[in-house]
Amino acid sequence: MLNHERPPITQRRVQLMATCLCDAFYDDVARATVEVLEHLGVEVEFPEGQTCCGQPAFNGGDWEASRKVVRHTVRTFSGDLPVVVPSGSCAAMLFHGAPLEFEKESDRASVEALGRRTWEVLDFIVNGLGITSWPGRYDAKVAFHRSCHSRGTGTGEAATRLLGSIAGLTVAPFGEGEQCCGFGGTFSVSFPTISSAMGGLKLDHIRAVAPDALVSADMSCLMHLGGLAEKEGKPIKVLHAVQVLRDALRQGGLI
Amino acid sequence: MKFQQIDQFAANLRADTRESVHSGSKAGHEKRTSVLFDHYADPNRLRQIAGEIKQHVVENLDTYLPAVEARLQANGVIVHWASTAEAANEAVYSILQARGAKKMVKAKTMVSEETELGHFLEKRGIECVETDLGEFIIQIDGDHPSHIVKPIIHKNRREIATSFERHGLGAYNDDPETITRRARAHLRHKYLEADVGLTGANFVVAESGRIVLVTNEGNSRFCLAATKCHIAMIGIEKILPRDRDLGLLLNLLARSGTGQQLTVYTEFIRGPKAAPQEDGPEETHVVFVDNGRSEVLASDCREILRCIRCGACLNVCPVYRQASGHAYRSVYPGPVGAVLSPLLAGKQFPELADLPKASSLCGACNEVCPVNIPIPDLLLRLREKGKREGSEAAAAATPPMGAWSVMATQPAAWKLAMFGGKIMNVLPAKYIPVPALQAWQAKRTLPAWRGGAFRSWLRTRAQPAADVRSAKSEG
Ligand code: SF4
Repeated sequence: MLNHERPPITQRRVQLMATCLCDAFYDDVARATVEVLEHLGVEVEFPEGQTCCGQPAFNGGDWEASRKVVRHTVRTFSGDLPVVVPSGSCAAMLFHGAPLEFEKESDRASVEALGRRTWEVLDFIVNGLGITSWPGRYDAKVAFHRSCHSRGTGTGEAATRLLGSIAGLTVAPFGEGEQCCGFGGTFSVSFPTISSAMGGLKLDHIRAVAPDALVSADMSCLMHLGGLAEKEGKPIKVLHAVQVLRDALRQGGLI
Repeated sequence: MKFQQIDQFAANLRADTRESVHSGSKAGHEKRTSVLFDHYADPNRLRQIAGEIKQHVVENLDTYLPAVEARLQANGVIVHWASTAEAANEAVYSILQARGAKKMVKAKTMVSEETELGHFLEKRGIECVETDLGEFIIQIDGDHPSHIVKPIIHKNRREIATSFERHGLGAYNDDPETITRRARAHLRHKYLEADVGLTGANFVVAESGRIVLVTNEGNSRFCLAATKCHIAMIGIEKILPRDRDLGLLLNLLARSGTGQQLTVYTEFIRGPKAAPQEDGPEETHVVFVDNGRSEVLASDCREILRCIRCGACLNVCPVYRQASGHAYRSVYPGPVGAVLSPLLAGKQFPELADLPKASSLCGACNEVCPVNIPIPDLLLRLREKGKREGSEAAAAATPPMGAWSVMATQPAAWKLAMFGGKIMNVLPAKYIPVPALQAWQAKRTLPAWRGGAFRSWLRTRAQPAADVRSAKSEG
């Protein structure tokens, strides 16, 4: 179980971990995160020295390399503000993965402390700030892919709750929603056959409900699924849930 | 090594085999889910409790093993200890020899697959007949089980009908009922001719010495009814503390394994027949098999010893569904096998160290496991061990992390790389000699590189909140 105890949110100020994927490819997701948080009156700090959460090497088995990156992340996100991440996977790395690879390390406590104040952004909005419905408007039918690293966390429910409350928006359930999309980090390149076959099954289920967009809390899954779909010549529109929240505010004239 | 072997295996797998494995495991998972969630308000709590019971056993094996031995002996059972596969096979063989036995019928037991008991005995002139229908088909085909509960999940009935025909069990007929009847007619004689019946055990209770067996075909019961000697080959982790723990564990085993509320046959065996019983074995032997389990117990993956071999993690696993059980090159496939097989391999660990890589770490296995084993965490620990021990099999097709970790610890270098990545927008991927990138692009497109764009937006926008809002309304 990935769920963890976190101190209650008392102040409206956070540190943003943009994630390496948003740094490299998905700037609008990071931007939407800032805009949504600021709309909620949350002040967002962006520690400039941030790079990656350390997950690629952790999953690949190179814990020595991974620990170096985690230590860098711990230093970069010093202080005691909540750390908000637009990725269930990077958040889980910090509150579950990193403590696992630091089990026998002397600086384990500082790693665990960072984990305790780390939140996936939708989880933060619903379970941290206590916001359970979303204003504005978004006219579309979307499919929501529950990314695997949010198993056992508040993210999946938070996302369906927020998305489901937006005027004009329907969330269309699709078959075998609990199954993995096949991304899996380095798995996607070391097991390309299996990874893409898993993605293909997921896309079949998603296409069966003909959504206007595929939405998730993890850009990594969406990069994989969107990339597969485009390679097949049948592209689908992919959006991070926080982009939908931001666009709903825009369409509702709220920002 | 250029490829991960399991991915290669999946790439070469016959389409109809994949279809059999995929549909069989998917159906198994769906049955499991409904029989658990329709009947129980909180099955996850049950999984936790069962996990705690088994973990307690694992942590206290040193006291439970002598306790169960004493209990079994008090019940008239002869107890043997085997530290290796060979020792276990030898123990069985010497029991057969002492009785002058030449024929044995056996029920399905995974531990005997581990020790390759069948081959061992056949080489020594003992006829050893599998009586579980699936295992029987595996035996006549000279095949290997590809699932721990449904050994022939990879076969369709046409293949089975062909095997029966080839083996002289009647003209081709792929009607399941006919196949079953023919197997039954064939096996009935074998039971009557056999000197010894061998089974495994699903549980052995420390409190009572009860050996508990579940089947759906009743074949283990036949193995004991007609023979004079019963041998149970049992992994040392199969112990449960108390009889009343069976209520929970039998329930979870059947529901998780086959989607039944309870298996069709559940046997509680106390020992050899005692007055006033008229039938049953005169002699009962238990061979406790270690075969690497003590080392697993000493490792940081000991939670895997909780496993009750239900197969639910195989059924739910998307990798297993694509690759099939034989891809795992070992007795235990799927998520449980990806942890257990390399560990049981002992010194040969590096050869199987790629198994823990065969996972997207989606966590579905942990979510279904009736004893709540944190399989993804164990896979990760074994990946680390594989890397540390320099396993080539594990390293295959894995992107190296050295350069990445340098960049990711130096913000200046990181920012430069964010900028430099833009080259990918102009240079076609095939000219970029990074294997991981090639593998990615073989199956998927890459989105446009926008390295640093978020940071420059942050820098160039005026003050937060208010200004962002006005900028938006203008745009
Ligand atoms: S690991 Fe868990 S789910 Fe898998 S076979 Fe064992 S008990 Fe069943």
